[in-house]
Amino acid sequence: MSWLTQITTNHYLVLAAVLFMLGTVGVLLRKNGLIVFMCIELMLNAANLTFIAFARQLGQESAHVVVFFVMAVAAAEAAVGLAIFVAMFRQKKTVYVDEATTLKH
Amino acid sequence: MSDTHHEHENGHGELSYWSAFWVGLFVAAVVLFTGLSVEPEKIPRLWLALIPLMPAFGALFNGIFVRHMPKLWTVVIAVGAPIVSFVFSVFLFFWLKKEGMEYIDVTLYEWLSAGAFSLDVTFRLDALSGVMILVVSGVGSLIHVYSIGYIAHDASHNRFFTYLNLFMFAMLVLVLGNSMPLTFIGWEGVGLCSYLLIGFWFEDHANASAGKKAFIVNRIGDVGVLLGMFLIFQATGTLVYEEIAANMDKILNPTTVTVFGAGTATAIGLLLFLGCTGKSAQIPLYVWLPDAMAGPTPVSALIHAATMVTAGVYLIARMNFLYVATPEAMTVVAIVGALTALFAATIGLFQYDIKKVLAYSTVSQLGYMFLAVGVGAFTAGIFHLMTHAFFKACLFLGSGSVIHGMHEEQDIRKMGGLAKFMPKTHWTFFISCIAIAGLPPLAAFFSKDEILWHAFANKNVVVPWLPNVLWLIGAIAAGFTAFYMFRLYFLTFRGECRAPAALQKKIHESPPSMTWPLIILSGLAIVGGWVGMPAIFHVPNLFHENLHHVLSYEGLILSRIAPESEHAWEWIMMLTSVAIACAGIAVAWVIYGKKPDWKWQPNDNFVYQMIHNKYWVDEGYFYAFVRPLVNFSVFLWRMVDAWIIDGALTWVTSAVAYNVGQGIRIVQTGNVQTYLLSFVIGVSLLVFYLWRFVG
Repeated sequence: MSWLTQITTNHYLVLAAVLFMLGTVGVLLRKNGLIVFMCIELMLNAANLTFIAFARQLGQESAHVVVFFVMAVAAAEAAVGLAIFVAMFRQKKTVYVDEATTLKH
Repeated sequence: MSDTHHEHENGHGELSYWSAFWVGLFVAAVVLFTGLSVEPEKIPRLWLALIPLMPAFGALFNGIFVRHMPKLWTVVIAVGAPIVSFVFSVFLFFWLKKEGMEYIDVTLYEWLSAGAFSLDVTFRLDALSGVMILVVSGVGSLIHVYSIGYIAHDASHNRFFTYLNLFMFAMLVLVLGNSMPLTFIGWEGVGLCSYLLIGFWFEDHANASAGKKAFIVNRIGDVGVLLGMFLIFQATGTLVYEEIAANMDKILNPTTVTVFGAGTATAIGLLLFLGCTGKSAQIPLYVWLPDAMAGPTPVSALIHAATMVTAGVYLIARMNFLYVATPEAMTVVAIVGALTALFAATIGLFQYDIKKVLAYSTVSQLGYMFLAVGVGAFTAGIFHLMTHAFFKACLFLGSGSVIHGMHEEQDIRKMGGLAKFMPKTHWTFFISCIAIAGLPPLAAFFSKDEILWHAFANKNVVVPWLPNVLWLIGAIAAGFTAFYMFRLYFLTFRGECRAPAALQKKIHESPPSMTWPLIILSGLAIVGGWVGMPAIFHVPNLFHENLHHVLSYEGLILSRIAPESEHAWEWIMMLTSVAIACAGIAVAWVIYGKKPDWKWQPNDNFVYQMIHNKYWVDEGYFYAFVRPLVNFSVFLWRMVDAWIIDGALTWVTSAVAYNVGQGIRIVQTGNVQTYLLSFVIGVSLLVFYLWRFVG
């Protein structure tokens, strides 16, 4: 298991950055609202990963609490967001975000 | 006197006579006990402070509750306040004499403080301000009492008394202030009250316009006063009269003052005199005073005859130390005064409005006062100011009584024979006419004679032959004065009544609250001159002795008459002026008095038309100043404001806003991902900045 001990905090941070960038690009480019949502979850989890990595490095358990908070807020946000998309689908028969442009007017 | 006006008031007062009496007694008791509770040596100062403050309290109280006060209470407060001021004034005037003091000061509080400059609100009572407060509060009190009857049935009764009290306050501050800014506050305050009271019946457009005219014309003069004050401050660094007098060498020294150099004193004198021509209605700014007759008659008597319009004379007398240093400014003052005396007297010859005659007479008499101060006879000027206050207030109040009795008729062509309808008004008016005409031993005989004598005897270093001309102008104006006053008297009170028969039945004598002030003032018009007997009568001249300290610079003015021939000349002058006055009266009698059935004939004579139309000065001012100014204002409005400014605002700003909006609207796509992209780019830039330049 020596390879496991060779994983440093930097590795976790790089992974988190990659995940965050994937999420950001997804949010900006994908048109399907549900996928956009998943990408937002990906960004949140990337943030969680940095929290955990630093908690492990510094030996401070309090960061875990923040992670649980983020998860709870993400769950609540997903509930609200999905409800919005359900309502949007009922109105416009679509969940594609580029077709919801009524704020412009 | 109080009984009579309360009786009169009781007819329509909301409260009983007795409750008002108790309130008055209570106020008197409070004032008395306030006086008793302070140390004895402070009482004079307390009372000095209360002289202007009593009317201020009256104005404040009546002003705040103007809509809610019963008429009777307003009358008690408003008439009581100046009477209390008058009692204090009399007490302090004689107390000062008894103690042999030259002045007392009372400092209320520090008003301004900026760097090394500091100015207190200080009232100074000396001989000059003592005479002034006696005249102002004395005549003012009588006119307040008179107003009770005159204004009783007016809807704005309480507002009237509020303004009157406010005027008393401002006028007393004007004369009691020990510094120019304090005098200026009073100066502007009386101007404001004048405006408010001329336009008192502002529903009539003409009255409101007359008020505006007075206000605007006075502003022109006030610029002069302000500039004079600035020059004085630049030269001496102080505005307190006493300190200016002590620093006169700085004004006269060309190295300390830059703009006018050696002519600074003359510049100051002329600038202050410009203010005086506005406030005291001299050429060229006299035009507002005849129009000011639009106000209620007690106002004409108080403000536009007895007190406010004399403020200019007071200011020059107060600044006598400055004027004696500048013969040029003095000469201008004397010439303007003499010309105004003659000019206004000629206009008075052919006026048919009873108040207009008196208004031009006032302008003319003020001209005499400026003639006096212009030849350095400051005491004579103040003396004439005092006697004029008595007889002119009496004449104005008499005309008010006539107008009241004639049911608002002011045209003397429709009067005549009023002597039998209103005997008290008639006799007091008659006495005042003799007094103003200058027959011995009534008031103006002494004061006007003294002025003419000084105008003749004065040695003018600028124009050596000027005294002869000044005397001649003054003497001719005196003859005209006697003529137009007796013309007014004969047309109003003598002959047969020319009023319609229906009106004749209704003509009545005025109530006692109006006739008693007339009687007192006519009494003063008889005896008022006796305090200033000329030297040739060999009795002490109380007036001169009183003012000797304050107006001591008067002694610097030289006489061109040798001392040994002085008495002979003075007798000649006196007899001449009496003869001229008698001639004026005689001519008036021949034309208007002899035939009882005088009929007015329209007159086409050019000279008559010119004088009757007041030399078309108002029309000239209208075409020379008012209309160009109005046209220029219309130009500014139509072209500059409506076209350039509004055009710039509407066209330029709307074009800018429209085009900027057109440019920016493309960023609002309505696509949430575009917004997110800009958000991400923004955050990235921020992070980059923090990382690269801050962290």
